[in-house]
Amino acid sequence: MLHKIFIDPFVEMYMLPDFLLQVLWEGLVSGILYALIALGFVLIFRSSRIFNFAQGIMVVFSALTLVGLHAMGLPAWVSVGATLVVMYILAMTIERVVLRPLVGQPDIILFMATIGVTLFLIGLGEIIFGGENKVMITSELGIPTGAFELFPWGGFLILEQKDVTAVVVAGLLVAGLIAFLNYTRMGRAIRALGDDHQAALSVGISLQTIWVLVWFIAGIIALVTGIAWGARAGVSFALEVIAYKALPVLMLGGLESITGAIIGGLMIGMLEKLFEIYWGQPLLGGNTETWFAFMLALIVLLFRPQGLFGEKIIERV
Amino acid sequence: MTQNQGYTTADGRQIGGTVMEMKNITLKFGGVTAISDISFDIHEGEIRAIIGPNGAGKSSMLNVISGFYTPTEGEVWYQGAKRPLMRPYEVARQGVARTFQNIALFEGMSVLDNIMTGRLTKMNASILSQAIWLGRARAEEMANREKVERVIDFLEIQSIRKTPVGRLPYGLKKRVELARALAAEPSILLLDEPMAGMNVEEKEDMSRFILDVNDEFGTTICLIEHDMGVVMDLSDRVVVMDYGKKIGDGTPTEVRNNQAVIDAYLGVA
Ligand SMILES: Nc1ncnc2c1ncn2[C@@H]1O[C@H](COP(=O)(O)OP(=O)(O)OP(=O)(O)O)[C@@H](O)[C@H]1O
Ligand SMILES: [Mg+2]
Repeated sequence: MLHKIFIDPFVEMYMLPDFLLQVLWEGLVSGILYALIALGFVLIFRSSRIFNFAQGIMVVFSALTLVGLHAMGLPAWVSVGATLVVMYILAMTIERVVLRPLVGQPDIILFMATIGVTLFLIGLGEIIFGGENKVMITSELGIPTGAFELFPWGGFLILEQKDVTAVVVAGLLVAGLIAFLNYTRMGRAIRALGDDHQAALSVGISLQTIWVLVWFIAGIIALVTGIAWGARAGVSFALEVIAYKALPVLMLGGLESITGAIIGGLMIGMLEKLFEIYWGQPLLGGNTETWFAFMLALIVLLFRPQGLFGEKIIERV
Repeated sequence: MTQNQGYTTADGRQIGGTVMEMKNITLKFGGVTAISDISFDIHEGEIRAIIGPNGAGKSSMLNVISGFYTPTEGEVWYQGAKRPLMRPYEVARQGVARTFQNIALFEGMSVLDNIMTGRLTKMNASILSQAIWLGRARAEEMANREKVERVIDFLEIQSIRKTPVGRLPYGLKKRVELARALAAEPSILLLDEPMAGMNVEEKEDMSRFILDVNDEFGTTICLIEHDMGVVMDLSDRVVVMDYGKKIGDGTPTEVRNNQAVIDAYLGVA
């Protein structure tokens, strides 16, 4: 038994490095999507101290809107633009109807409010677009659907082009976001608000403007995630479960660290895939991906309660 | 009231007319009256001090001026007009910059970035053009960088430009906070105990900077300070508060000879 746990998997990795690469690649693709969702959480948490339960449903809602608008006859890219407008209106509505009246309330109230937003979006999505599964308009968006075949070490590696596209787009989005946060006025304002509300007010930062902006960015992130994940698994409310994967990512990376969200997401994506293939399937009958990330996060937290990257968690001092 | 003319200070500086006026300000927190029916004005180009024992309501007054507190009663007049109810960020955009008694900086950001936030009120490029870093946003960013570098030179903090603020010692943090306020090129600068907790040398530096700011940019300054010596050296006119009431108002010499003020301070000491 010990042999099967501690020796065999590594022998297999060594013997079939191309397969190991394939596994890591699959993990990377999921990981970057977890990272995106976690990033949405982090941005909102940093600027408003709100743990946004609705991040997952925003993924579903944006994907449904996109597919729905296209089904109504809008060209694919026009639908993307229109979906962005919808996400912007959503951000403004949430700020106006939920955040502004509740500002200054205890964190838990705001958290509950985001649960309210979640239920509302589920209802709204079902009423407008219906509850059945839909197919992402992948090829209509010009996303290539073929595959790259590579032959590392004389082995064989398949990279689906839509996954490559997802990784590239997500990577660009993250890079763009980091540049935006670091080198623009509004980005600086977002970071400033995350650091100190009072000081932010004193330099003329409007909470309302930043909140709308941050929720809109979370909406953009949600749409990109929705397209990428929808291209792999179809569009349905079941997509929301990937948002729960953002929880262990946040436990590892910390609620306030952008780097933490990215590294945490990639780590969890790759580790859960590795575990599933080399330990889960041979030894545990598979399907370990549903719980592995949480277990990993719990174990890490036992030893490092502040998460991997050590920024303070939730409680503000 | 007729003090809308300027006046000449003892050391011969010409001070302008009233730029801000507090009219019968009262501020209550539940049962506590932090400020009770206080009026005073601030003239353009002067250094106005607010002094008083602990809990006198000095910070509360500064918070009213900067929009952080809304007075229960009374009016704030700014640049000749009654100021409507405003949020702090709106007051900031009107050219009122401030520092805090307990330093409020963006600890996770570098000194440079902290000071750059002071320029937020001065930047106009749209969100979209910033997002894609187009010409106007870029030109603006560069122009602002230049202004900020000048403030950095002025306050002699070149060597810590890239340091995360969280790592700085207390005295330097106070200086960075001043730099951020200055970067806004404010018409009124509010300083809440800019020298509290500093050693003698740091206090001297800070006093010099405050005088230089006033002198070189003509910035109107309203500051709270406990150290009587500092107040006497720096300020043109002084408001004295005690238990939320105004008990004196005038030049440092006048205030020092005011019996009510002497009593308040002796009572505390
Ligand atoms: N946000 C607030 N909520 C309730 N009470 C407050 C608040 N801010 C100030 N106070 C009360 O108002 C009174 C004046 O406080 P303030 O901070 O203005 O005094 P101060 O003159 O600045 O004192 P110090 O020299 O200690 O800084 C105090 O009794 C204080 O407890
Ligand atoms: Mg005070």
